Amino acid sequence: MRRNLWVFLIITFLALGWAGRASAQQPTPAPDDVNRIARQLYCPVCENTPLDVCPTQACAQWRALIGDKLAAGWTDDQIKQYFVEQYGARVLAEPPVPLVYIVPPILLLIGIFILYRTLISMRRKPAAIQAEPSAPSTTAGDDQYLRRVEEELKKRN
Amino acid sequence: MVADFGYGVLVITFLLAIYSIFAALVGHLRKSQKWVESARLAMLLTFPGVTLGVLSVITLLVTNQYNIAFVYEVSERAMPLYLKITALWGGQSGSLLFWGWLMAAFAFAATLRNWSRDREFLPWVIIVTSLTLAFFIGLVIFYENPFARYWQTAAGDVISAMFRPASSIPFTPDDGRGLNPLLRHPGMIIHPPMLYLGFVSFVIPFAFAIASLVTGRTDDRWIRITRRWTLVAWLFLTCGLVLGSRWAYDVLGWGGFWGWDPVEIAAFMPWLTGTAFLHSVMIQEKRGMLKHWTMILVILTYDLVIFGTFLTRSGVLSSVHAFAQSAIGPAFFIFIGLTLVGSLGLLFYRWADLKSEAQMTSLLSRESFFLLNNLLFMGILVICFWGVIFPLLSEASGVIGQVFPSLANVFTGQKVTVGPPFYERTTGPLFAALVLLMGIAPLSAWGYRTVRSFQLSRWIALASAALTAISLYLLGLHDWVMLGILTLTAFVFVVAVVEFRRIVWPSALIAVLVSLGLFFLGVHQWQALIAFGAGAFTIATTLYEYWRAISARARAQQENFFLALWRLVGRNRRRYGGYMIHLAIVLMAVGIIGIGVFQTQTQRSLAINQSIELDGYTIRYDSLAQFPYPDGRTVTRAVMSIFKDGQFLQEVYPRVDTYPSGETMTIPGLRSTLQDDVYIVLVNWEGVTSQVAPFKIYHNPLVNWLWIGALLLILGSFVAAWPDKDPDYAPARVRSLQQAAYQPGD
Repeated sequence: MRRNLWVFLIITFLALGWAGRASAQQPTPAPDDVNRIARQLYCPVCENTPLDVCPTQACAQWRALIGDKLAAGWTDDQIKQYFVEQYGARVLAEPPVPLVYIVPPILLLIGIFILYRTLISMRRKPAAIQAEPSAPSTTAGDDQYLRRVEEELKKRN
Repeated sequence: MVADFGYGVLVITFLLAIYSIFAALVGHLRKSQKWVESARLAMLLTFPGVTLGVLSVITLLVTNQYNIAFVYEVSERAMPLYLKITALWGGQSGSLLFWGWLMAAFAFAATLRNWSRDREFLPWVIIVTSLTLAFFIGLVIFYENPFARYWQTAAGDVISAMFRPASSIPFTPDDGRGLNPLLRHPGMIIHPPMLYLGFVSFVIPFAFAIASLVTGRTDDRWIRITRRWTLVAWLFLTCGLVLGSRWAYDVLGWGGFWGWDPVEIAAFMPWLTGTAFLHSVMIQEKRGMLKHWTMILVILTYDLVIFGTFLTRSGVLSSVHAFAQSAIGPAFFIFIGLTLVGSLGLLFYRWADLKSEAQMTSLLSRESFFLLNNLLFMGILVICFWGVIFPLLSEASGVIGQVFPSLANVFTGQKVTVGPPFYERTTGPLFAALVLLMGIAPLSAWGYRTVRSFQLSRWIALASAALTAISLYLLGLHDWVMLGILTLTAFVFVVAVVEFRRIVWPSALIAVLVSLGLFFLGVHQWQALIAFGAGAFTIATTLYEYWRAISARARAQQENFFLALWRLVGRNRRRYGGYMIHLAIVLMAVGIIGIGVFQTQTQRSLAINQSIELDGYTIRYDSLAQFPYPDGRTVTRAVMSIFKDGQFLQEVYPRVDTYPSGETMTIPGLRSTLQDDVYIVLVNWEGVTSQVAPFKIYHNPLVNWLWIGALLLILGSFVAAWPDKDPDYAPARVRSLQQAAYQPGD
């Protein structure tokens, strides 16, 4: 029993030591990796400034924080989530609410529908009142000229 | 003294504007020319009035009168003269006054025109322009007074007020705070005035539209009068946007030119409706159709212009442009609401009078394509508007969550940011569709009647659309909105190609070859392949349109190529200027895709003589120097050498300017070629020492084509808007003859 405890303690000690060495060996993350995440975040204090280009001291510290978290093995999403918990959803470049993506396509579909109805209704008007002569592409010069004159007269009236 | 004079003149101008509204109304109701003439004279007088007000502010700025609150806030002794003058539009009250001044100038010019044939429009054009002017001058007088002075009260507080508060003494600071460093740039001379000119000149077409609605003269006369105004307004607005982008690219140090900032969008929205309006106007002129729609567009443009000014000026949205914040929001809101409801009400009142004069002859007629174009522009507008107001809605919706606790999880009221990813994903496909449409639409003649039935093209198009959807899905596009829009685009494209195959197949072939060629050259981003293909298609068809008309003319008139081109464009400036603008837009799209899809960046700290590599470029850090500038700022400047394949190309000098106030500006070092830009930022905020400095390098392929396209666009707009003899004065027969002879494609 006691021997087991000793073995356990030694293993734990070694594991801790190994883990400590491993984390000490973690290279400092490259600025490019920090920027990759910072680009997806907005500065929590400045107005509408992405975190990767924000020149304030506070933002430099936030970028350093991202670097620390990366070194500690956090994933991109975990870091982003951490910032959301600290400063609210407004630090995300993209709103977390799907509503923002739902409305534009719905409106676009409504627009397409209205356009379609307009085109159909414009076509359905009785052909009888169509005063304008049709415009075959092979018309000789004279016809073309007459058509122009008629169009002109119509515009003047 | 000067301040009192300026304020007094503005009050008089305000009263003049109010009087001209009143007199014009009386003149309209009593059908009295005398009253209208009186209103017209009052309107004309407002321009010299506001000019004196503006000159007073400039005098105060140039003579360093820091007892004036506005002068203290935007100016300082060390600033160069040009910045002291341009500081007029560097702060809230000055920029509102500047807006009013441009408005007065345009109203002045519009009032001076020959009104003999449009007498009935005059009172209403006066009323609309005077109302807008009175609103802005009123804001300046009552809310945001650039002439307010500093006073020290008995308690020792410093307050700003126009007139001396009881028991206070004048207070004069020694020096001003100086202009925001972002605004200390030669771009300041031209970008805000251009944008404001674009904003203001759209008021004139709106005024004529309202006049035609009120008077019931609903033919297209108002459009014929204002079409040059509209083109000029559009050109100014476009220039304003492009200049702003270039300024951001040169000064902001963000590596890009457009950040989907709410204020950028605020200026972009009237551009969208204005562009849709320019197109819709053409259909109304040529075919007498879409009259309601044209009216809605001009009304929307006007109110978006006011809304844009409001967003820039009120600070309601957080943005890099919100250097001006105040309580003028409610006034703007009420004005926008009233004008929108009033003009839409007028439109519904005249709804029946605005019937179409012609019918759509085919689903593939030019009108349909114009409608589709309008739909796309409106789609982009809706996305922009939605993105801008969504943060406000999200925050306000918290009230619902509070009232109904069960919905508190849905309506949390949290503050959110809508950034570039949203706009890029949602507007991207619509922009691509617009580029394609530019290639297709000019091919269909007005009211084109398809000889062939729709059968063949419908089945081929359906098949290709399905194929597109499946292959894009397999290629890894799983965004349903984008997939849907691209599939729809493919459908329209194939229908057009099949229907107009005799003229369109060479362009379609060129487009496919360009895309395939790029693919084999190693370009594998599908967005770029689609966009470059669409661009190639549009360029090919547009050039083909030119060529077809030129060769027909050269044959018929026995002219050489260049003479034929010159005369052809001269005969129909609007059309060929328009095509030139289309080509320009494609070039700009190439630049935007280049930087948007292919931009790469990297950041590293470098010791002297160390290098960093990016996309085949080697950039070496040579030296760093720090020196003071006469205007008080300290410049920290690095010298960098750019190499490619071991070959020295150029030295560039990224720098950081530190102002006495502690604010800094990051000016990139730039190597710019037709192929790409190398954009180097000295990242001052990460700690620069004489030994080690951090640099951020951006590689921006093709971005120069954006600026080249913009130049072509300006040229095209000039061609389209160049004044010629008023065609309405030419005998109809001569006009018809000219048109019949020289428009083979029409």
